[in-house]
Amino acid sequence: MDAMYREHILDHSQNPRNYGTLDEPVTIRREEYNPLCGDRLTVEMRVEGDTVTAVRFHGHGCAISQAAMSMLSEAMVGKTVDEVKQLSKEDLLDMLGIPISPVRLKCALLSLKAVKAGVYGVPEWAEDEDE
Amino acid sequence: MTSTATISTTSSVLDVERIRADFPLLQRVVNGYPLVYLDNAATSQKPTAVIRAIDDYYQMHNANVHRGVYTLSEEATEAYEGARRKVARFINARSYREVIFTRNATEAINLVAYAWGGANVGKGDEIIVTDMEHHSNFVPWQLLAQRTGATLRFIPVTPTGQLDLAVYNTLLSPRTRIVAFTGMSNVLGTITPASEIIERAHAVGARVLLDASQLVPHKGIDVQVMGADFVAFTGHKMLGPTGIGVLWGQRALLEEMPPFLGGGDMIKEVYHATSTWNELPWKFEAGTPSIAEGIGLGAAVDYLTAVGMDKIHAHERAITSYALERLNALGGITLYGPPADRRGGVVAFNVEGIHPHDLASMLDQRGVAVRAGQHCAQPLIDHLGVTATARASFYLYNRIDEVDTFVDALDAAKQVFGV
Ligand SMILES: Cc1ncc(COP(=O)(O)O)c(C=O)c1O
Repeated sequence: MDAMYREHILDHSQNPRNYGTLDEPVTIRREEYNPLCGDRLTVEMRVEGDTVTAVRFHGHGCAISQAAMSMLSEAMVGKTVDEVKQLSKEDLLDMLGIPISPVRLKCALLSLKAVKAGVYGVPEWAEDEDE
Repeated sequence: MTSTATISTTSSVLDVERIRADFPLLQRVVNGYPLVYLDNAATSQKPTAVIRAIDDYYQMHNANVHRGVYTLSEEATEAYEGARRKVARFINARSYREVIFTRNATEAINLVAYAWGGANVGKGDEIIVTDMEHHSNFVPWQLLAQRTGATLRFIPVTPTGQLDLAVYNTLLSPRTRIVAFTGMSNVLGTITPASEIIERAHAVGARVLLDASQLVPHKGIDVQVMGADFVAFTGHKMLGPTGIGVLWGQRALLEEMPPFLGGGDMIKEVYHATSTWNELPWKFEAGTPSIAEGIGLGAAVDYLTAVGMDKIHAHERAITSYALERLNALGGITLYGPPADRRGGVVAFNVEGIHPHDLASMLDQRGVAVRAGQHCAQPLIDHLGVTATARASFYLYNRIDEVDTFVDALDAAKQVFGV
């Protein structure tokens, strides 16, 4: 019915990995909100040395935003903070592996926005709109 | 509740096939399926008559209005002002002078909040709105309250999606300056008891603004019977183009009000220190107006009048009852809003286990256009205790069997998600 809702997307959205809250110590905690659809996402990271050793997230959103965060959380564990900073929109879209229509791109990128704003410690992280 | 048992999927109070032939866009194929357009609460499609009126204006009569003495300008002025008179007749205004063209309903409401509100609302005064408002009938009042030190009060929504009039009674007081509320909710479809709300406001000396953005396109209005002080609505939801809206107001109030925007067309005499204002309605229409759009709205009003607002309302009611019935039968669906006999053609719902955005994406794959999100009514969505809903909304050109296509697509989405 829809190229977007492949099995792996449904799997990650219905059984999200690293879902929940992280026990202390939490090094980075970040909440993002998409006012267009009401999606809300909180991501928590533990950093030991310069390596991300644990990630949890919670909140609510559509299958695309949940699956993206689930996949991203798996990819982040074991990476250094610098490596997490290097993660791009393309990396995330590769992980999802499905065609994302322009209107749904915001859903997919909510997780990356939260993670990037968190690791950079900035109030808002914006992917270049022209890309 | 209206009985839905007698609704057949073919008979209707309207000749829907004939109507559909007037809307070129409805022939579209989307993602390989015939378009099923169910987002009419957001905007309506346009009949050929409206498209042609705009086209004809640009091809034959384009000139600025109220200015030139030459033929084209006279024609343009006549067409634009003729459209105003059509709108005045459509809503049964006493005079065309009470019909102010704006850019949309939002601008009409802001006009009142600034011009009337600035002159009549002060510290300690109260403004009553409802928890069911579109942001456009909420934020302007919030801004007015912030500017003046007035207090905003809210009529809550009951569990069946209606305004709580018992609480409304307790909110009203001699401090109430204005009550601003919707005639029909764009999320729940609730048709509010407008006359009752207006009478009670007037009893304490308050003014009333009715947001009729959903009411006028689907049920029509008689502003004299309704008795509000201000009525706002928007052209693009009633078969007209974007860029044109209407503020109707009681003439005496409009006469008293200071202007909203300043500029050309709204003035009579201009001197260094002061200016004097043009007559109604032009006092509130600064700058070159949306001429083609106004003419397009006139054509839309002609179209709606020819079909008949009573018939349109009856048709939508039949479709909505049928949709509610089919959605209930599907299972796993949460429906929001009042029973069928208290609502217009709007159905907000959620499918257990599927986010409304995913649902809307999947329906789109079958050519079915529905809205998903907060519908510019965040306070109401919060009240429902959800983060978003899906919404289907109907109009005169929707066939009853389009409900079947829509519900079948929902069913297919449920299969994909395994819920
Ligand atoms: C009830 C209601 N009021 C106001 C509006 C605002 O209309 P517009 O955006 O054309 O000003 C809408 C449309 O979205 C609406 O549904």
